[in-house]
Amino acid sequence: MSEAPSPAPSVGLFVTCLVDLFRPSVGFAAVKLLEDAGCTVDAPMAQTCCGQPAYNSGDRQDARAIAEQTIAAFESFDYVVAPSGSCAGMLKKHYPPLFRGDAAWEARAGAFSEKVFELTGFLVDILGVRSVPAAAARSATYHDSCSGLRELGIRQQPRVLLSSVEGLRLTEMAEADVCCGFGGTFCVKYSEISNAIVEKKTANIAASGADMLLAGDLGCLMNMAGKLKRQGSGTEVRHVAEVLAGMTDSPPIGGR
Amino acid sequence: MSAREAILGKVRRALDAGGNAGRLDGVWQRLMEAPAGVIPARAQLAPQARIELFCAMARQAAATVERVAGEEAVPAAVTAYLRSRNLAARVRMGGDRRLKQMPWVDERALQVRHGPSDGSDEASVSHAAAGIAETGTLALFSGKENPTTLNFLPDHHIVVIDAADIGADLEAAMRTIRARYGKGEMPRTVNFITGPSRSGDIEQKLLLGAHGPRALHIIVVDG
Amino acid sequence: MQVTSPQFRQNAHDALADAQLQKAMGHVRSGFIDKRRTAVEALPEFDALRDSARAIKDHTLANLDLYLTAYEEKVTAAGGTVHWAETAAEARGIVLDICRMHNAGTVTKGKSMITEEIELNDFLEASGIRAVETDLGEYIIQLRGEHPSHIIAPAVHLNREQVEADFRRVHADLPQERDLSDPASLLGEARRVLRRKYFEADVGITGANFLVAETGSSIIVTNEGNGDLTQILPRVHIVIASIEKVVPTLEDAAQILRVLARSATGQEMSVYTTVSTGPRRPGDPDGPDEYHVILLDNGRSAMLGTEFQDMLRCIRCGACMNHCPVYHAVGGHAYGWVYPGPMGAVLTPSLVGIDKAGHLPNASTFCGRCESVCPMRIPLPKMMRHWREREWERGLNPAVVRSGLKFWAWFARRPALYHLATWLAFPLLAAAGGRKRRFRFLPLARGWVRYRDMPAPQGRTFMQQWRDRDTLKQAGPT
Repeated sequence: MSEAPSPAPSVGLFVTCLVDLFRPSVGFAAVKLLEDAGCTVDAPMAQTCCGQPAYNSGDRQDARAIAEQTIAAFESFDYVVAPSGSCAGMLKKHYPPLFRGDAAWEARAGAFSEKVFELTGFLVDILGVRSVPAAAARSATYHDSCSGLRELGIRQQPRVLLSSVEGLRLTEMAEADVCCGFGGTFCVKYSEISNAIVEKKTANIAASGADMLLAGDLGCLMNMAGKLKRQGSGTEVRHVAEVLAGMTDSPPIGGR
Repeated sequence: MSAREAILGKVRRALDAGGNAGRLDGVWQRLMEAPAGVIPARAQLAPQARIELFCAMARQAAATVERVAGEEAVPAAVTAYLRSRNLAARVRMGGDRRLKQMPWVDERALQVRHGPSDGSDEASVSHAAAGIAETGTLALFSGKENPTTLNFLPDHHIVVIDAADIGADLEAAMRTIRARYGKGEMPRTVNFITGPSRSGDIEQKLLLGAHGPRALHIIVVDG
Repeated sequence: MQVTSPQFRQNAHDALADAQLQKAMGHVRSGFIDKRRTAVEALPEFDALRDSARAIKDHTLANLDLYLTAYEEKVTAAGGTVHWAETAAEARGIVLDICRMHNAGTVTKGKSMITEEIELNDFLEASGIRAVETDLGEYIIQLRGEHPSHIIAPAVHLNREQVEADFRRVHADLPQERDLSDPASLLGEARRVLRRKYFEADVGITGANFLVAETGSSIIVTNEGNGDLTQILPRVHIVIASIEKVVPTLEDAAQILRVLARSATGQEMSVYTTVSTGPRRPGDPDGPDEYHVILLDNGRSAMLGTEFQDMLRCIRCGACMNHCPVYHAVGGHAYGWVYPGPMGAVLTPSLVGIDKAGHLPNASTFCGRCESVCPMRIPLPKMMRHWREREWERGLNPAVVRSGLKFWAWFARRPALYHLATWLAFPLLAAAGGRKRRFRFLPLARGWVRYRDMPAPQGRTFMQQWRDRDTLKQAGPT
């Protein structure tokens, strides 16, 4: 079923609402990585949000409507790539069941789902990229965002690429694969519990001794960066795509 | 309508279980054939290696294990065990035929009493019906030969097992039960015992001797 | 047991402020997780066993009526008596009848979450019957008048000093100057005190991890041996189990047993796995004269055939809560009823209603760790999401949450308007973030900024810049 990608695979970039609104540099880093790997990239205008906020709040109706819109905007591409494990997971794993019972849409959603990938997973597993030309003489630790890890199996791929970044020392933190406490609306609905969880995470980040925190999901990153800054930490927080693309000129997440 | 009819009725409606015929066959077949499922490779070993695995796993569960050449060596082993733990030379045991034919009379200092325990025994001796190498587990069947109270009330439980009765896994033990009692039949109690009694309920600290025996000593009889 | 799940937020707040509880939860985080991982790594077939276990339970549930009647037949043939109870009240009544028939003054109990669910102890005490918990953790919390905070380690929220204080308070007839300074001395005292109770009991009550249809047996699994002394010493042994505990054969029980202890405590096998069938046989030197099984529905049949049926596969191992970041943060009591953690978040609304238990499936990040360790492969986050769907359909969410989400979804479904609005708003928001590039305070996001700064947006949105990049490209070189 899966074949070697055609000479110039067309990639529809699902930029994600958080990247679009809060940190476009991540989107441009993703574009650079994909173009360097030989893809043509476009970001169709008819995208807004993957629909997770509605879906996880139990609003299947809006989730389905957003899913239809997203599928229609992207299904003509060879691949659909998102710089986010949770959004890619939503598109890949949760869109098809939304259409159960509707044969036509089920087929479309199934075909669409086959094309969806998280960024680092796409680069490593589909395009076979093993190294990037970027350099960063820093120490960094990587947080495994939950959806990417458990829904899409993203764990080794970002580490493979990071290990090729010249000068970068990757130190693993304790409990790297434990939730950071973001959970979408959870962090505002149950903010006290979310805070308790993120405090454990920032303690592990500090204990790792790394001066940079990286991850593949902007929601997690904003949550962890926000806590680190409130705690007065100097740890620099970035999306892994920025480091891999060598685009670390812009201020880190939450400033310095 | 009885609660029984009400519950079964709700279950049938929930399962949308109109016709029984197809389902009944499947159920009957499973009950009769008792398919085994996934069997770990760990204990699928030649007999000697299996016995060694049993001993290693039992020790991992904090039992003590010794091997003796023949059943005539058991009474002396029991006496030695009691002495090494500073226990009185006294045990309670059931009427197991294999235990009965051992030379207890040679252990003149050892007082042997029979029957169920009333809680006043420090040490008991049982004979296991089977062993499970995969987990270092003993299988004991209730009955005249093996009063169940002997497995739980005394502080020290000594269990004799024939090396030949050590099977690979739980499934082998279940076949032993069926062979002895018949398909679908059971003694009142089958105790699968893996190590001495323990609890981790206080600050997650593991301690032995919660309610059952604080020590389990296994004597494996070769030959 | 009073349902305090509606007060989950307040419960969680109290739990977060409880330093002693937080320290105890640290033990859960490290102890259980590491032990389970070690056990799983030592058994290459573990994942295959999970699939096998799931298949067995699914097959059983699809034929539950047939297996229940087959089970009942075998129990009766072995000399036992099967009783059926639709509700908690019915089950309590049956227990009381049996106790009264035997003039029972004292009842010993093995650890059983079902008996917590039906509030059996309080009922028996009110009827003049002493019910003594024999599992050490259950005994300790019984002395404190508390309920379990974990389904297999009931006293996990306590420390040694608290237990010592309770023992001194309750075991008043023992010498004052005795040493209780370490867990071993506490265990020794509990052993002595409870040993007397085992002999005093007229009736012993246990739950069941499994009911085996092939043989009419009940299986219990303990490390202490308390469930055994509870059932072999008294004249009467009562087993209380909910209907989904049935499995077809001994082999099926063996499959699931292999994943149970490893998932719960990281042991290869629990110390005592006991298969009980009927009362003592003629010639048996010990054992109960009577054996009763109470099959309880209490909401299980209502879960069959629904999107919550998978929850009936649960074998109460506790792995989900051992791995849950929310449970680690607030402990078990915050959930407000019998079943805490992820399995409690799914099961409690089924048994007490989503209107009371609504917080539970909502207080989850959907990190998925629970599902990843569940030996029965129960899709816990998916079922929590189904509860959220039920709430949404019934309009049970707070108005501000609902309108906020509808507002967001309205825009998200209209890309042109969405882009227009965000292209206007976000550069402004970015400017407001100033040089520091973050906000310490932000209206509409109070839950966030109470504990965290909010990173500021960079300025123009990605789609805005992309459209300009496109426009430039199309315009061609100047």
